[in-house]
Amino acid sequence: MTSIERVLTTLGHNEPDRVPLFLLLSMHGAKELGLSIRDYFARPEHVVEGQLRLRERYGHDCYYLFHHAPLEAQAWGGEVVFVEDGPPNSGEPPLTRAEQIDHLELPVVADCAALTGVLAATSALKSRAGDEVPLIGVVMSPFSLPVMQLGFELYLQVLLEQPERFARLMALNEAFCVEWANAQLRAGATAICYFDPVASPTIVPPTTYRALGQPVARHTLSRIEGPTATHLASGRALPIVDDLASTGTAIIGVGHDEPLAALKAAAHGKVSLLGNLNGVAMCRWTGEQAEAEVKRAIGAAGPGGGFILAEGHGEVPWQVTDDTLLAVADAARRWGAYPLSWVGDHGP
Amino acid sequence: MPHRSDQEDIASIRAALLGADYVTALALLRRDGDGSGLLARIEQQVVPALDDIGDAWGRGEVSLAEVYISGRLCERLIDDVLREANVSRRAQPKMAIAALDDYHLLGKRLVHASLRAAGYEVADHGRGTAEEIVRRAADEEIEVLLISVLMLPSALRVAEVRSGLAQRGLPTKVVVGGAPFRLDPDLWRQVGADASGPTAACAVSLVDTVWKSSP
Repeated sequence: MTSIERVLTTLGHNEPDRVPLFLLLSMHGAKELGLSIRDYFARPEHVVEGQLRLRERYGHDCYYLFHHAPLEAQAWGGEVVFVEDGPPNSGEPPLTRAEQIDHLELPVVADCAALTGVLAATSALKSRAGDEVPLIGVVMSPFSLPVMQLGFELYLQVLLEQPERFARLMALNEAFCVEWANAQLRAGATAICYFDPVASPTIVPPTTYRALGQPVARHTLSRIEGPTATHLASGRALPIVDDLASTGTAIIGVGHDEPLAALKAAAHGKVSLLGNLNGVAMCRWTGEQAEAEVKRAIGAAGPGGGFILAEGHGEVPWQVTDDTLLAVADAARRWGAYPLSWVGDHGP
Repeated sequence: MPHRSDQEDIASIRAALLGADYVTALALLRRDGDGSGLLARIEQQVVPALDDIGDAWGRGEVSLAEVYISGRLCERLIDDVLREANVSRRAQPKMAIAALDDYHLLGKRLVHASLRAAGYEVADHGRGTAEEIVRRAADEEIEVLLISVLMLPSALRVAEVRSGLAQRGLPTKVVVGGAPFRLDPDLWRQVGADASGPTAACAVSLVDTVWKSSP
């Protein structure tokens, strides 16, 4: 099977030849090319070459066009802070007072060089990689982007106490998110990963998500012209699996705080799961630990398909070594081959 | 009237905080009349209530938004009752909190609120680099330094804070918290911190523990 066949089969809740593996590597291409993280993201051709080399080395089942979280905040006037040993971080939020939402204007994707650079990388990668491997584009959800637009505390105040401003912000963010997602799909992305950590019960109560975040997700995802995966970036998902599935998303990205078997039971037949290896712990895994963790995850969620093995936060930390990534990839091939006869009726 | 147990009081305060019910929470704290014993009552009832809320977040039973709302309300409540009773905050140990490198400040805000809600005085050093945090801690002779981080590289730079404090010969205790330390429970030892906990409310007991362990 090709990677795309493998992925589509599992998304149909059937068993492909083996469990698909998404190594969500955004920064490691810089290591491949001997560049700093800042220089790596400065030119689309670096990202294209990095993604091609990473897939050649690890043999995983996707290309990942995620650059960094503050990319979209940049379009709204935000600052990106580069560090040598990790993902670029958001600087001071561009909005410091809730009143600024009243006069906020919608940015245009084509006017933001950082975003058009991602589109150029997507288009170039698509022309070199062809159709056999999914290219994953990324957006921040309208409901979660305000953490970078306003800062977390001010956003919580707007979310919980200022309904009119919240509604205006969501309308703007929805329009931006849809334009940005569809631009990536037109450039060649196969699917869009919709990062929505604020949706998680780790951040807001399920009642708040159902009242405020889920309608935004439904409306936004229905206007994105391709398949989507909702990622909670290590946040809990179990209490809202059905709510997430009803937004039209095909996949939920899950962290390791909840039992994967319970998530699989809740998601069964409705939505597929992506996860749930612990990226931070992965920085210090031995080869044996990597194999054990891969085996645990596949044993819990692999049977019957509907599962893609991945790191659970949505981005493999810079500190994870090549040896560990190779150990994960090797273990995924070894223990992920269907049928999973080594998994008993009660798990591995 | 039957005497209410501490557990009942804690449960009542917890419910009032989670319900953002300032009036009920205030009435519960004022119930015993004058300000004598107020700090003890805060320690015996409010701190455990905040601990319960933090633990519930750790178990996935309440959200960060509820932790934030309850912490903010509790901070205001304790400010008001201490001022009303003319009772000073605990001045020892001399504490400060800072966010290392990251611009995401909610974690720092939550820990600051928890400690203030427990009656402690805590200097807010904002955000800074390792060097800036060490310099300010030294200038102000901070005895317990709390560091909040969101990103893994920032967590790893706690080691620079630790070595900076050591180079200046400072006995400052370092308590760390944030997502990387929750995801890797051994990381705080790796970076040379003295303690770490999974929730903001843990900070109160951690400060107490590291302070008591000081020579």
